[in-house]
Amino acid sequence: MESSNTKEIKFSEESLEMVKGLIRRYPEGRQKSALIPVLHIAQAEFDGWLSPAVMDYVASLLDIQPIEVYEVATFYTMFNLTPVGNCVIEVCRTGPCWLNGSDDIIEHLEKKLNIKAGQTTADGMFTLKTVECLAACGNAPVMQVGVKYHEHLTTSKVDQLLDTFRAEGMISHTNPYT
Amino acid sequence: MGIKILTEFIDLPDLNRFEVYRKHGGYEAVEKVLKNDTPDHVLAEVKISNLRGRGGAGFPTGLKWSFIDKSTDKARYLICNADESEPGTFKDRYLMERNPHLLIEGMILASFALGVQQSFIYIRGELFYVLNILEKAISEAYAKGFLGKNILGSGFNLDLYCHPGAGAYICGEETALIESLEGKRGNPRMKPPFPAVSGLYGCPTVVNNVETLASVPWIVKNGGEAYSKIGIGRSTGTKLISACGHLKRPGVYEIELGLPVEEFIYGEEYCQGIRNGNKLKAVVAGGSSVPILPANLILKTAKGEPRLMSYESLQEGGFETGTMLGSGGFIVMDETTCIVKNLWNFTRFYHHESCGQCSPCREGTGWMEKILHRIESGQGKMSDIDLLADVAKNIEGNTICPLGDASAWPVRSTVRHFRTEFEKHLIEKRCPYIK
Ligand SMILES: Cc1cc2nc3c(=O)[nH]c(=O)nc-3n(C[C@H](O)[C@H](O)[C@H](O)COP(=O)(O)O)c2cc1C
Ligand code: SF4
Ligand code: FES
Repeated sequence: MESSNTKEIKFSEESLEMVKGLIRRYPEGRQKSALIPVLHIAQAEFDGWLSPAVMDYVASLLDIQPIEVYEVATFYTMFNLTPVGNCVIEVCRTGPCWLNGSDDIIEHLEKKLNIKAGQTTADGMFTLKTVECLAACGNAPVMQVGVKYHEHLTTSKVDQLLDTFRAEGMISHTNPYT
Repeated sequence: MGIKILTEFIDLPDLNRFEVYRKHGGYEAVEKVLKNDTPDHVLAEVKISNLRGRGGAGFPTGLKWSFIDKSTDKARYLICNADESEPGTFKDRYLMERNPHLLIEGMILASFALGVQQSFIYIRGELFYVLNILEKAISEAYAKGFLGKNILGSGFNLDLYCHPGAGAYICGEETALIESLEGKRGNPRMKPPFPAVSGLYGCPTVVNNVETLASVPWIVKNGGEAYSKIGIGRSTGTKLISACGHLKRPGVYEIELGLPVEEFIYGEEYCQGIRNGNKLKAVVAGGSSVPILPANLILKTAKGEPRLMSYESLQEGGFETGTMLGSGGFIVMDETTCIVKNLWNFTRFYHHESCGQCSPCREGTGWMEKILHRIESGQGKMSDIDLLADVAKNIEGNTICPLGDASAWPVRSTVRHFRTEFEKHLIEKRCPYIK
């Protein structure tokens, strides 16, 4: 796992353009509104998590105080505040998914990856997270990897997905704006 | 087949593309309005239609729009609430993914009626792929002159942008949503002032659900009068129901309001009954927040009348024997379900999602989760059942936003209707559903 702290913290030219475009969407003086969108891009670009240094950088781009960024980053569950694996698997655990066996899916993943929910595999490949209802309950059980939803999960479907992720060297933190 | 207002063309391939939407009557309502009508005319049609908010509360849309403060020269905003995070609800995702232009058209019409020049779609961050579909559709609408400056030569200007959340159920609450859109934590605001007076950036703001706004083009095209004739009584029009749980055919269905619940659950056109031929045990009819009802009370009211899918019929019997239409998230449980575990799961959700501002909600949801876990795992005491109901009662009505109530209603209704299941756990000192 690469640590963001070892490389210079600066968006690529492309992302920087994107950030400027996002800021222009809000009225003048309201650039703070762009904070969540920009944090999504930052998390994607800097290894899938928000280090204090990355948050400070975002603060400087938006001309706001670092504390304003920390307050927000700690509130929203999609933001990771500690390093994660290349491929973050987010399994829904809420009622409708539970009615359709999400407990079994989570248990199966924990066994296969040999970690508990919330942890990262030793090789830095996978992080397993449980999340709340993903608005896909009709196709339960459900998990999300990057922007993609995987629905109607079974343990064998999960096995296949894990094999594919391994074979492809899946990296789930890519810029979500495409 | 009932009338389809939102989903008539939903299965057409490429409906998300401008030309395809346009070919099937898309943007005709905008053309009609911008050529011939005044904003007040659009507002009047929506009022006549009796359209009610589809986000959960069922507040009359025309009335909400009429509250927008027109006495200031501040900017006005329209925000589409696409946060869709209420467990059991997945209708807005379906609509936006398949028919993004319908929402855009509805937002143009609503913005025109409200005198808004800048609108946002606040969409939950997990749905980034849908955000990208919407942004593509928005740029098509700009390119064809339906968004931007001087739309169709009418002098009306409108900018429309998407804004992602980042994982927080509470941001579906409209004032939390506004805070979040301002780049802050999603802490609900005290009301008043209401958003219609002081919302986004302190300006008059209307927040409406995706489905509400997507109903507006039909109303404008066909007239509010025609819409008001669909449905039953004060529940006019159609509603998207997202059905899930132990059904043979879960999914999103557009129903005419007034459809009997029994037909919805068992009908060939709809959910086709319970999986594996099992027996129906309970239904949460309007998203996780509304009271749960046992099979007998969801199919028939306490008076023995058939229960209908309408605001009024689902409420029949009040909190004692009724429930609510809510968001239309219809969660069905069969006879194999441990109702106590289901409740523990929901309560854990509310505890996890509490923003923490008010102590009854922050602490109460945590206590309830703990007590339920204790009961479910067979380690509780008989007095825990009343303790649980007591904690719930103390949250209700004592918080800044309705999330507190939303956490209490499932608890109080489950204890009311399924008390013996709690007792069974306590007597057997284990979950009777684990084989
Ligand atoms: C905790 C909580 C979550 C909510 N989540 C949503 C949501 O995801 N989508 C939605 O449209 N309304 C949601 N609402 C209701 C909104 O506050 C608001 O009433 C609604 O967006 C108004 O739109 P409507 O009048 O068109 O229904 C939520 C309310 C609460 C209290
Ligand atoms: S009721 Fe709960 S979610 Fe709502 S403001 Fe209070 S603490 Fe926050
Ligand atoms: S409960 Fe899992 S997607 Fe809704």
